[in-house]
This record gives sequence, C-alpha cells and structure tokens, in this order.
Amino acid sequence: MTAVTAGTAETTGVPGVSDAAVAAETAAHEAVFDAAVAADERIEPRDWMPEGYRASLVRQIAQHAHSEIIGMQPEANWITRAPSLRRKAILMAKVQDEAGHGLYLYSAAETLGTSRDELLDKLHSGRQKYSSIFNYPTLTWADVGAIGWLVDGAAITNQVPLCRCSYGPYARAMVRVCKEESFHQRQGYEALLALSRGTEAQHAMAQDAVDRWWWPSLMMFGPPDDESTHTAQAMAWKIKRHTNDELRQRFVDIAVPQAEALGLTLPDPDLRWNEERGHYDFGAIDWTEFWDVLKGNGPCNDQRLSRRRQAHEDGAWVREAAAAHAEKHKDTGKHGEAQA
Amino acid sequence: MTAPATSPPVSTDAAALPALALGDDALVLSHRLGEWAGHAPVLEEEVALANIALDLLGQARLLLSMAGDEDELAYLREERSFRNLQLVEQPNGDFAHTIARQLYFSTYQTLLYGELASGDGAFAPLAAKAVKEVAYHQDHAEQWTLRLGDGTDESHRRMQAGIDALWRFTGEMFKPVPGLDADWQAIQQRWTASVTSVVERATLTVPQGPQTGAWTAGAGREGLHTESFGRMLAEMQHLHRSHPGASW
Repeated sequence: MTAVTAGTAETTGVPGVSDAAVAAETAAHEAVFDAAVAADERIEPRDWMPEGYRASLVRQIAQHAHSEIIGMQPEANWITRAPSLRRKAILMAKVQDEAGHGLYLYSAAETLGTSRDELLDKLHSGRQKYSSIFNYPTLTWADVGAIGWLVDGAAITNQVPLCRCSYGPYARAMVRVCKEESFHQRQGYEALLALSRGTEAQHAMAQDAVDRWWWPSLMMFGPPDDESTHTAQAMAWKIKRHTNDELRQRFVDIAVPQAEALGLTLPDPDLRWNEERGHYDFGAIDWTEFWDVLKGNGPCNDQRLSRRRQAHEDGAWVREAAAAHAEKHKDTGKHGEAQA
Repeated sequence: MTAPATSPPVSTDAAALPALALGDDALVLSHRLGEWAGHAPVLEEEVALANIALDLLGQARLLLSMAGDEDELAYLREERSFRNLQLVEQPNGDFAHTIARQLYFSTYQTLLYGELASGDGAFAPLAAKAVKEVAYHQDHAEQWTLRLGDGTDESHRRMQAGIDALWRFTGEMFKPVPGLDADWQAIQQRWTASVTSVVERATLTVPQGPQTGAWTAGAGREGLHTESFGRMLAEMQHLHRSHPGASW
C-alpha cells in the first residue's frame, strides 16, 4: 500500500487543525489501511497503521524473537554431550540458526518503531513473554530429537501461515525462518528415528522424550479459541490466518502418522481417527498446567530467564567496550586506520 | 555381554600423528566454543562463535576420518591419547580470555594451513578449504582484540589479562609435528610478528619471557594435558560411552 504514509500523519499535530479535521484524516487513513488489508496487500513500515495493529505486531514479533533466543538454551544444554560428531554439528548449526532467527525478528520488530535493546529489556524484566514450551527441561539426548520433530513441527504449523501475514517485514522474515525450521524438523525426526530403530535403551529414551514433549507441544498453539483474547482482532487484521484450535488440529493430523512411522506412541488414550470429521480426535489438554507455565511457574522459567539475564549482564563490559572503541575511531574508520 | 569398546582404539602410530594433532586441535577448540552457546555477550556473537565452532568441527571430522573412525577417535580415546595443543583445551574464561585464545590459535592455523595448502602433501586439499575459514576466524579475533584492548579501561584490563594468561601455552605451537611438512621456524617468526602487531595496535603489551617453557613444549602433542581437559572429555564422551556400540 502506498496512498497514505506516516509522513502525512504528522500534520495531525499542527496547532489550528480542528478535531474534526483530525478525525476525518484518521478515518481516511483507516479506510486506506482497511482496503489494503482486505485486498491482501502488504502493510509496510512507512504506511499508516492503527496503533492497536502496531502494538499487537510488536507484542507478537517480540515474543517470537524472544522464543528463538530462550529456545537456544534447552538445546544448547546438549551441545557438549551430543553422542556423535555429526549430531553435534547439526545441533550447533541449529542453535546458530536460532540466534539468526532472533536477529531477523528483532529487526522486523524494529521497523515498528521499537529497538532491540528495549525489547530485550522487556524480556529480562518479564514484561514480554516467550513460548511456554521452552520452560520444559531437556533431560536426555532424545529430547533434542523430540524438540526438532514436535516443537519445530508445531512452530512451522504456526509460522507457515505467517508467511502471508499482512505486515510485510514479518511475513518476509517468516519465509526465511520457515525454510530453516523445516530443515531442523526433518533432522529432529531423523534423530528420533535413529533412536527408535536403535538399541532397546535408545528406543526407550525416544519414547520417554515423546511422552514428555507431546502435550507441551500441543500447548504451543495457545489457549483454546473461546479463551484467546487476541485471536479475533488478529484475524481481522490478517496478522493471524487461522485460529489456535484450527492450527492445533492440523498439527495433530500431521503428527499422528509421523509417530506411527517412527514406531513410537503418543501419550493420549483418547487419540483416534474420526471418520466423520476427517480429523483425529484427541484428549483434553491440561490448561491449568499451561496457565501455570505461562505465569512463570513451569519447571525451568526461573532458570531460563536468569540464564538470559546473566549472559546479558556478563556481556555488558563487552558491549561497552565495542561502543567506546567505535566512538574513539568514528572519524578515522575502522580501528583508527585511515580509510582508503 | 561383550566388553564395551572403551579401550583406546588408536595406535600411537606415528603415521596418524599429524591428522590427530590437527584434528584434535579443531575438535577440542570447537567443543570449548560450543560451551558459549546461550552465553555470548551479544546475539551477533552467538552466531559468530557457533559459526567458528562449526567450521572447526568440520575440519576435525575430516582430519579424524583420515586417521580412523571419527566417533571412535573423539569419544573412546582417553585423555593421554589426545594430541591437541594445551592452548585449545584451556577453559573459556571471560570473553577476552576466549578472544585471546582465538587470536593465538587462529593466527597459527592461518600460517600452518597456508603452508600446507601450498604443498602437495596429504593435507593440502583440506588446508586449501580451511584457509578460507581460518582467515575469517583470525579476522574475528583481531577485530575483537582491537575493540577490547582499545575500548574501556575494564576491557583493556581484561584483554591484557587474557593475552598474558595464555601466553605460556603458545610455545607448544611451534614445535615441529613429525609428518607435517612446514617451516616451523618461519611460522613462529610470522606468528610473533602478526600477534605483536595486533596486540600493539590494541594498545596492549606483548608478554615478556620465553614462549617455550620446559614443561609446555610438546606436552599436548605427547598426550600430556592440563587438568581441566579430563573434565571436558568426561562431559563430551559420557553419553556415547554409556551406550557401547550404539549408533546415533
């Protein structure tokens, strides 16, 4: 969309412009915005947008970025113990990708007028959240595979529709993120398959991991539709394209045959194919646990956040040094050497 | 039940030494850098340190495969059979300490691989690929040495401390590795000139005293390591050793 830009919106603050004129202008902006969303056009950073839309996107993109950063911890927990050099290389590459995804997403959020420092500050002070899934511990090597298969699988189910999100920078970040995530998911699945087909002890390790990660993965889609406060507005703005329950169902339908192919069971006695619906029925999610984890009372909430704060605090002197060095040498180019 | 295959499978075969020496250097340093994941001072360094760790792990896999089975060599040898330099096994310490280790080692790798790449020995193809990676590692280490040395008072102090603390482990790098055809004296001279230049530009002081102490010279290459190395291996090898014969 191009018709009305943020530049023209500045005139609303000019003294002498009547309230009626301001209201008329806002209405005109809104009409252009609504038409763009209706026509599936992309909203870009310089376009006018409702404050609610901006705030909603900042919240969602920031939470997404924070999830990438906090999500490095449960997996990094196994880098130094990975059981083969090939698996170690795959895991290191994955954790590196997650840091990269965090960087893309913070950049996307910054196009909305916030800054990475501000967002990190909100993460560290608990004012912004990250995905509840990363508050669960990685207790065995098989957890790394289960995270790849289930957690990344759930993330992809959520994120693929975001590639068509109405906000351009977010949609474009998602295209890049989804490509890499799909790769990680296949690798996770393949790691679990190796375990499932391995020794008895390896198979048991894989089954135990799937038993522990299945329900938390279903919770990644968020509260049920009748309790999701943001869904209706986010769908009207085409930030979201599907409801939480729709995506959760889609994920279950994909995961069940994958579990069968893996030779592993899913920990849900109520899970069965429903011919009439053409979907799998599944058991009730423990929403008390979900809300508990979200409120900070999950198994690793404290540990994840303090680790992140610690890394940030321990790194303060490094960031200060980089800033001081850049300031000293800003006139002479890199490190004080005359520029060619 | 058959006995687990945990005895050192590697011969002290002299022919394997060069591949093990270079491979173990890369493997061990990669592991140390992997410990930084989730702890780096800025997100960009999460990416950079993991990137360097991955390059090194890639080198290690190729090199160890030249000497035998990469996983057997990595996971089933005991401390006394590893041939890496003591420098690369040193704990990460703070960011400056890690950067000092990177500066010393990446400069060495650049010079050594540069020579190997231009020769026609068994390591030439690998070195030709690795020189591009290690040039990037060296640049990264130099940039940070300059930023930290010539940054704030605190960063200057920490960078100098890292440079000083690791200096005693640098002499070992220039002891010839039998089977690696390189001009070790020239490497030492060029290494010293390069590191001195960076350290001085970073407003830091090159440590005084001999690089080559009676104890450290050749120690890692002969399987004589520092105390923290055994713990590192315990963590690295535990899972693999717990499931003898399993594949992953």
